[in-house]
Amino acid sequence: MKEEFLTDQLKTQEYFLNMGPQHPATHGVLRLLLKLDGEILRNVDMDLGFIHRSIEKMCERDTYKQIVHLTDRLDYLSSHINNEAVALLVEKALNIEVNDRIKIIRTIMDELTRISSHVLWWGVMGMDIGALTTFMYGFRERELINDIFEETCGARLTMNYNLIGGLRYDIHENFVKRVKDFVAHFKKKLPEYDKLLTGNIIFRKRLEGIGYISKEDAIAYGLNGPTARGSGVSCDIRKIHPYSAYDMVDFEEAIYTEGDSYARYKVRIKEMWQSLSIIEQLIDKIPEGEYKVKTKAVIKLPAGSFVQRVESARGDFGVFAYSDGQKFPYRFKFRSPGFANLTALNKMSKGLKIADLVAILSTIDVVVPDIDR
Amino acid sequence: MSYFSEIINGTKTLLTGMRITGKYFFVNLFTRRDVITQQYPDNIDTLEMFDRFKGEITLFHNENNEHKCDACTLCEKACPNGSLEVLGDKAKDPETGKNKRFLVKHIYHLEMCTMCGLCIEACPQDALEWGQDFHHVEYDRSKLTKVLNKPGSKIIPGLKG
Repeated sequence: MKEEFLTDQLKTQEYFLNMGPQHPATHGVLRLLLKLDGEILRNVDMDLGFIHRSIEKMCERDTYKQIVHLTDRLDYLSSHINNEAVALLVEKALNIEVNDRIKIIRTIMDELTRISSHVLWWGVMGMDIGALTTFMYGFRERELINDIFEETCGARLTMNYNLIGGLRYDIHENFVKRVKDFVAHFKKKLPEYDKLLTGNIIFRKRLEGIGYISKEDAIAYGLNGPTARGSGVSCDIRKIHPYSAYDMVDFEEAIYTEGDSYARYKVRIKEMWQSLSIIEQLIDKIPEGEYKVKTKAVIKLPAGSFVQRVESARGDFGVFAYSDGQKFPYRFKFRSPGFANLTALNKMSKGLKIADLVAILSTIDVVVPDIDR
Repeated sequence: MSYFSEIINGTKTLLTGMRITGKYFFVNLFTRRDVITQQYPDNIDTLEMFDRFKGEITLFHNENNEHKCDACTLCEKACPNGSLEVLGDKAKDPETGKNKRFLVKHIYHLEMCTMCGLCIEACPQDALEWGQDFHHVEYDRSKLTKVLNKPGSKIIPGLKG
């Protein structure tokens, strides 16, 4: 009786709500247009382009050496991996063979970047759910990685350390010691993360069963990286197309099949363990040798199209270059993992509460400069 | 039954987390063992950056106010953003009697620089190097345009141009 009265007399109507572009939970300038019925999400529309900087067009007026530094500004949390993608592309096109020292240093740096990105994600994830402490704890560990980067590369975020044909500098004399110290330190801290957040009842209830996407849908939407691996899709580029020193190491691809937010969370925690294991396997194996292969002052790619894929902290980062034989590329295209992952947001969050949207957005791990370019 | 056991288990997980935060709170309250933050504006006199830190581009000068730049403009060409402008002029070299380029002004637009380091790499004379200063905050954008060569400076004699 009472319910009938409510539905007859107090009719609710659907309304629209803007989330962003200046919203702390959207991790950047992302505008979401929410169609709501009370607190329930009916539709999520995305409005992109607030920080579009036309980086792909800028690449067409830059030489190949100059393009490398622009990729720092895409996904700034995995800038080292983005740099490597361009370097590998040009090296592949020109048949430049780099030695094992360069390959191994690049791989160690990649994994440190991945840990740094995931630690930041872990902190922000907790903060989005309402656990402010994790943000501080995440940044505490990230600071140590930033120190390693600053000492060897000269910068903390936009490292710009990879060059075409090698590295900008040799590793710093303290590098090996610092990395070993960090690995030992972080191995003690990761179980603490589990105790603090993974086991927490409030956190679990906010994530388990929320934001489900099936394996078929994940493939159909073109999801990649940890977001897809949470749905059981095997898509690790480090395994499928090994580059740099990934064929020398033994590691496990983190896959969970539940497909919900909690599975995506577990994937990233497991990836941090795997990254630590990769660093441990390589850090004592850095061989002697040159850190840079001499390249021509003006690099010209042969005419044709070239593709390179790498696994960034967010997924499959692809670089495509179409060259007409000049010193500038005719077309330079980046395939960013965040853009594909964001498209599935509507599918994941339909029918859920508005507070769940924040959690889902967090488990997708969006970095908006990567999406907008 | 499961309702109550869930309450008990839930409280247990909360206490597990509280133990960690509590441990860090009390340990760092008395010993500051895990504190990694720096009291930045207070330690400004003792703050030392890493020697590779990319703060700004500088032109190396020796103690006689001499630099290594012969105004070849390779750095200007290597720069992706047009942050560098090299103004040079030609004058007769008294020793050889040939026309030789010399540097008038090495203009550096810090506001456009992305610290990519391509200019430093391109320089055949190793004239440019990184500076560790990062206090670049100004109220006016035009103050970030700097002249790198010091007034009255000359190229190091004997350096081939």
